[in-house]
Amino acid sequence: MTTIENDQKPVGHGRMLRKEDPRFVRGRGRYCDDVQLNGMLHLAILRSPVAHARIVSIDTTAAEAMPKVKAVVTGAALAEQGLAWMPTLSNDVQAVLATDKVRFQGQEVAFVVAEDRYAARDALELIDVEYDILEPVVDVRTALAPDAPVIRTDLEGKTNNHCFDWETGDQKATEDVFKRADVVVTEDIVYPRVHPAPMETCGAVADYDRIDGKLTLWSTTQAPHAHRTLYALVAGLPEHKIRVISPDIGGGFGNKVPIYPGYVCAIVASIVTGKPVKWMEDRSENLISTGFARDYIMRGEIAATREGKILAIRTNVLADHGAFNGTAAPVKYPAGFFGVFTGSYDLEAAYCSMTAVYTNKAPGGVAYACSFRITEAVYLVERIVDCLAYDLGMDPVELRLKNLLKPEQFPYTSKTGWVYDSGDYEPTLREAMRIAGYEELRREQALKRERGELMGIGVSFFTEAVGAGPRKDMDILGLGMADGCELRVHPTGKAVVRLSVQTQGQGHETTFAQIVAEEIGIPPADIDVVHGDTDNTPFGLGTYGSRSTPVSGAAAALVARKVRDKARIIASGMLEVSVADLDWVKGAFQVKGDPGKSVTIQDIAMRAHGAGDLPEGLEGGLEAQICYNPSNLTYPHGAYICVVDIDPGTAVVKVRRFVAVDDCGTRINPMIIEGQVHGGLTDGVGMALMEMIGFDEDGNCLGGSLMDYLIPTALEVPDWETGFTVTPSPHHPIGAKGVGESATVGSPPAVVNAVVDALKPFGIRHADMPLTPSRVWETMQGNHTPPI
Amino acid sequence: MQVPGQFEYQRATSVEHAIGLLDRLGDTARLVAGGHSLLPMMKLRLANFDYLIDINDLHADLGYITAEPQQIRIGAMTRHRELLESTSLKEHFPIFADAERVIADPTVRNRGTLGGSLCQADPSEDLSAVCTTLDASCVIQGSAGTRVVSMEDFHRGPYETAVGEAEMLIEVRFPLRPGGSSAYEKVERRAGDWAVVSAGAALWLRNGVISDARVGLAAVGPNTAGIPEISALLRGQEPSEELFEQAGDIAARSCEPATDTRGAEGYKRHLAKELTRRTLRKAVDRIGERAQA
Repeated sequence: MTTIENDQKPVGHGRMLRKEDPRFVRGRGRYCDDVQLNGMLHLAILRSPVAHARIVSIDTTAAEAMPKVKAVVTGAALAEQGLAWMPTLSNDVQAVLATDKVRFQGQEVAFVVAEDRYAARDALELIDVEYDILEPVVDVRTALAPDAPVIRTDLEGKTNNHCFDWETGDQKATEDVFKRADVVVTEDIVYPRVHPAPMETCGAVADYDRIDGKLTLWSTTQAPHAHRTLYALVAGLPEHKIRVISPDIGGGFGNKVPIYPGYVCAIVASIVTGKPVKWMEDRSENLISTGFARDYIMRGEIAATREGKILAIRTNVLADHGAFNGTAAPVKYPAGFFGVFTGSYDLEAAYCSMTAVYTNKAPGGVAYACSFRITEAVYLVERIVDCLAYDLGMDPVELRLKNLLKPEQFPYTSKTGWVYDSGDYEPTLREAMRIAGYEELRREQALKRERGELMGIGVSFFTEAVGAGPRKDMDILGLGMADGCELRVHPTGKAVVRLSVQTQGQGHETTFAQIVAEEIGIPPADIDVVHGDTDNTPFGLGTYGSRSTPVSGAAAALVARKVRDKARIIASGMLEVSVADLDWVKGAFQVKGDPGKSVTIQDIAMRAHGAGDLPEGLEGGLEAQICYNPSNLTYPHGAYICVVDIDPGTAVVKVRRFVAVDDCGTRINPMIIEGQVHGGLTDGVGMALMEMIGFDEDGNCLGGSLMDYLIPTALEVPDWETGFTVTPSPHHPIGAKGVGESATVGSPPAVVNAVVDALKPFGIRHADMPLTPSRVWETMQGNHTPPI
Repeated sequence: MQVPGQFEYQRATSVEHAIGLLDRLGDTARLVAGGHSLLPMMKLRLANFDYLIDINDLHADLGYITAEPQQIRIGAMTRHRELLESTSLKEHFPIFADAERVIADPTVRNRGTLGGSLCQADPSEDLSAVCTTLDASCVIQGSAGTRVVSMEDFHRGPYETAVGEAEMLIEVRFPLRPGGSSAYEKVERRAGDWAVVSAGAALWLRNGVISDARVGLAAVGPNTAGIPEISALLRGQEPSEELFEQAGDIAARSCEPATDTRGAEGYKRHLAKELTRRTLRKAVDRIGERAQA
């Protein structure tokens, strides 16, 4: 898309360039590390070099004696204040600084506060820690063995590494269906541990004012309000004395949802020293210690008739949660929204059982644009459906077309209890086939196979469940997932909208201005979007799980309608007609049958704040606020087709084409949607082909730098071919659904399915990510091994 | 941001100045050229030096590609980008452009140098494989004067070279022979990554018969390795697929790869064979193309 096409000036929805981009492209973004305060000190964290060890002793004498060092703090010192442990977002606890044991490589052991970043880092080298090395639990498959060392000795009475069990669906009904099915296909499918690796690492600047007792915390958080409340609960600071500011964020992808020990350390350091304290982690710290994603070992089973009617899906999952359960998901959903593993198909039964375990690895689990584990769910179902197609000798598109839910089935309640709000799936898949030229691609493939060339065509069809969520079902540590929104129209007709969600690059300053503009007819350029500051925005749960448009987007539309309703009453007074005699024509109220008699929203704004009369009983001003509680999630869907070529001599995979047709309901700014999709597709190619956080047998992280943890560049991805269909959400005020994570969720199976399809001549039905040249070559030799 | 430990820094104004500083400071000092290997190692605190001697100001003296009748001389401070863009190298040694196109990214190529690449002595380093393939020799200068060392003798193991404490590499020389061409192929997991395996080949034809040929491999042993057995096999033969297949077999069995995150040992041996065949084939094709032109 050229800039000109995108640079329209819609008073509402439509293509327009992003309002926030001038400051980003000119290097004028203001990130956490740009915050400079008078007298600010710098904090550096000493991390464990080993995965599992008892701390025998820590000697900080030499570090404390270093010039410029102001404080050296260990877990023992924090324990005296009751701050050595903090709750995770999953009702587990995590060490802020290790006291008894270290439980993963990279775990926080001590911190230094010094006058500059170099001195703080240098002082870390002088802290002498004696470790008594313990056997680490690295292989998740043996974590529950009777002789496995117990990691969580901090938990009373804990005698194993079991974290939780979880199940969904109907086990008995599923068993019955499997018994009578013509065809049953079973495959072990691993979604390896990956990392969101945002360009900006995590960090914070804590500034505690001893006089008025107020803590101001700039931090890299996707959920400033939730963090404020949790700090109040953990540290005992009164909530009105905590201000969390989330400035410009250089990418989040769920990596910036949890509260990390570093944030707490910065707060403690500022309280102890009475000075502002900055902590910014470096690249390696981000990769080895902050929220990872996936790490699910899944056994997938699918039952079908000989003709290809899918009857049931069953799965057993072993989930590696690392040393602490740091998953960020609604409380009732310990496996996130993995329950949507039934996908986009009309099944008779489904069942999932899951066991989660502790290992000596970094905590996390829900991150990397996963929509609370739907990434894993979609990968499982789209891979196992392809395995079924392989066994039946059916074209994977034909098999999907035969089983997709029909439009008349919506709202559809899945066999695991999810209520899909709306969907019209077949046209979306047909559109992807049309753009790709599917039949022609299959003909080309047949010719190439005759010549010994390896070309693969991969298809995936996904249904997402985003926009958490209804208060009755969903909360994070007791905080309901409803979002506030405030809209204030100034006398001259300019406006400010205040949001609880926080952009990390998604373009909220544009999208939300457009949502409000569509409703009240004030141009987006005249609407300022304020977010990321708890003192200046209403309460809400933040941006992750593609929830901003489904939840806060609805709130913004509804608050604008509330303002419009008030404007209508003021207009009726100005025009001396009853409210029923007014028509809303975007931006103005007209007298019915007399278009010449009208007042604009700007006229009304001035009257609302002016000296003239207002209708009887009406207060002045033109503003409103709302707290929106969604009645359901929104269920976007999409059809993706990937074409790959594999060099038979080197096994290098080249993604030649990628077609992505997304249906996210009403499209607010198509350019921003396309940008989100492009980013997510790039993520998907990265995970499918190269990304993985691996460990050696001692529990050393093998992905601790961007030289070792590979993320794709423009050279690994094709020119994306995007398309769309529109099936509005019936319950969202403007019919919009979330889209931020659709492409990350939907693309990995398309790429893997394409690679496996290319390897069909070798009799390959399945291969696990990451499909590096070496792993593809091993697969071609019949030596495929899971990436664990 | 990763920060290195404390160090002192001085800019050298001449080769003699740099060598004098090295002589005085000993192994507490290190030369920094492009810095794209050394500085990340220092930031990760894998390397800690008390002194850095910056030789970037010596680019004026040591940044050159000079073609002479019998050889091409390249100054140690010649940047990757200059190697990539050199018309003289394109004509005589197309292997350089092949390799440079897949070395890191433009930002690195703008600063990184030939000398820095060779002195880093990373077993996966591309230019080392190129120099091995082209039978280069290295000119090392110390306070007592200069000496010339072959590539075989220059690298003494991973990250170890023949350059002494108070010496520096100043020039690399490439013998020129008529009737030849060369090529380089690399398999990487992602653009800009280190090689999983890479191979260079240089080959000379006289009357349709191979008068000499050399193959150099990277990332399959402690250093980039030339394979004399392949040269012996190819000399005096007419180029053919069968012959290159045999050369590939020799490459696969003479290398010493290890399984790591970049790939399995078996795959690397396979690549050694495959890339040896491909580069030999390409070098022959290029000789043919040049003859036609």
